[in-house]
Amino acid sequence: MKITEEQVRYVADLANLRLTPDEVSRMARDMESILGHIDKLNELDTTGVPAMAQVLFDAEETATLRADAEKATLPNETALQNAPQPGGGFFKVPKVIER
Amino acid sequence: MSSTELMVPAEVFATYEPVIGLEVHVQLGTNTKIYCGCPTGFGAPPNTNVCPVCLGMPGALPVLNRSVVEYAVKAGLALNCTVRNESIFARKNYFYPDLPKGYQISQYDRPVAEHGFIDIFVNETHKRIGVTRAHLEDDAGKSIHDGYRDSDLYTYVDLNRTGTPLIEIVSEPDIRNSDEAYAYLTELKQLMQFIGVSECDMEKGQLRCDANVSVRKRGAEKFGTKAEVKNVNSFRFVKLALDYEIQRQIALIESGGKVVQETRLYSPDTGETYSMRSKEAAHDYRYFPEPDLLPLRISDKWLGEIRSTMPELPPAKRARFVEQYGIREYDAQVLTLTREMSEYFEKAAEVSGDARTAANWVMGDLAGALKAEGKEITESPVTAEKLGELVALIKKGEISGKLAKEIFPKMWSTGDGAAAIMDREGLRQISDTSALDAIVDEVLAKNPAQVEQYKGGKTTVIGFLVGQVMKASRGQANPQMVNELLKKKLD
Repeated sequence: MKITEEQVRYVADLANLRLTPDEVSRMARDMESILGHIDKLNELDTTGVPAMAQVLFDAEETATLRADAEKATLPNETALQNAPQPGGGFFKVPKVIER
Repeated sequence: MSSTELMVPAEVFATYEPVIGLEVHVQLGTNTKIYCGCPTGFGAPPNTNVCPVCLGMPGALPVLNRSVVEYAVKAGLALNCTVRNESIFARKNYFYPDLPKGYQISQYDRPVAEHGFIDIFVNETHKRIGVTRAHLEDDAGKSIHDGYRDSDLYTYVDLNRTGTPLIEIVSEPDIRNSDEAYAYLTELKQLMQFIGVSECDMEKGQLRCDANVSVRKRGAEKFGTKAEVKNVNSFRFVKLALDYEIQRQIALIESGGKVVQETRLYSPDTGETYSMRSKEAAHDYRYFPEPDLLPLRISDKWLGEIRSTMPELPPAKRARFVEQYGIREYDAQVLTLTREMSEYFEKAAEVSGDARTAANWVMGDLAGALKAEGKEITESPVTAEKLGELVALIKKGEISGKLAKEIFPKMWSTGDGAAAIMDREGLRQISDTSALDAIVDEVLAKNPAQVEQYKGGKTTVIGFLVGQVMKASRGQANPQMVNELLKKKLD
């Protein structure tokens, strides 16, 4: 599957990544080879096999659900520990233009 | 001039047809968040109802809340949807500071419920509005853009709301004007409240509405280009925003312009919608199946268990009230506005043995007293049983309606029953003939002129005499008996 540099720039833009022209062409080659590998799987005949999002396991339907019961929360200081700029108990981020 | 007044002449307006679809987000009132055990309460200090999962810490994994699933199924059933035996979660990818994971865990091509409808009643007409789907997702945090000293430089982010369970209910583009939109929202809110999945308090953001609006020439098949009006925070504003937006689009097209597909906001101050001027290209959310959550499986057995907990819904209740109690459809609508009100009415009706009078009291004196003090019906000092007893006394002829109206405020202020108040204040209705005899004789003696008139053929004067007896008895005489006694004595 051919990946164009334009497609790489589009995906990079969506991911908020800034790539140099060199990186763009390298990414195009890398992604193409990754997708080429995936293409190999397409050679298998999967007619009649339902699409599967995850590997299902055989258990009660509610086995992976939890009860609606409160668990301990983090103290505010801990929650904000990694914040570059905390203030008044909030995360402060550069002004958001789009509201 | 208000901005919602006509921008285009009525005859031009009439050549267009608005097409509206609504997306409503309802917060589900579970104790904890959808994918973690943090409490969902409103008003906690910022960033205290948080944990590694809802903060989007690397490696933290979501676990679905069982109650959220049950609430979503109830909502789906109330919306007449088909509940899927298997639905899957999907990542919706976008960047925003109040979305710490960098994606929302929503549902995409297999939502928990789909293909439903809501019936509305507008301008004496019943109409069915399709519900495309109802899907589960997590709410984002709260961005505070204004109000701080450094608000021109920073946006403040509170992640307490992050991960609050939401159900997004998407309608078909079946709505044709703002009145229908208002009715749809009212009905939807009522349904969610009745089944107890949300209080739908818009001031707390528990119900939020986005509207897709376009216009097309009447008879045209193709939809016009739509604009999305987002985050309107009351039903009245939704109505006003739609009225404005419809006018704006028609005026634009009439003047040779084109509607642009964009997101717009409504300003209650100006009554206008305005473009968000998003610099982003068309959103590309790159949905893909959520790897951290298994498909949600709801067996027919589980579905049946949830279905068996469903209360009677407003449309069925209204029909039953009309049928069972012989009240008018409009009254049935009023009495089913909330589940609490309908339960109050039914209890009062049962105790009183006179449902129609009970209905009038609930909608009249009781509703008035509640409104005057800003109380909910559940906070009424006069319980449904006590109101029922009061109405029963009227029905049995022990008190007049007039006397009941005097007793009610005393019940309201003391919380006592009608009988107790009557005993305490000596307010028993006088139905004892000998006691009334004396009062009637006295009144006749005092009003010889009226007695003459009556005997001369002007029998309507009896109304005046009844009034005099009632007055002399401080409203306690049984009016019907007074009437009979007077006639007996005069004829």
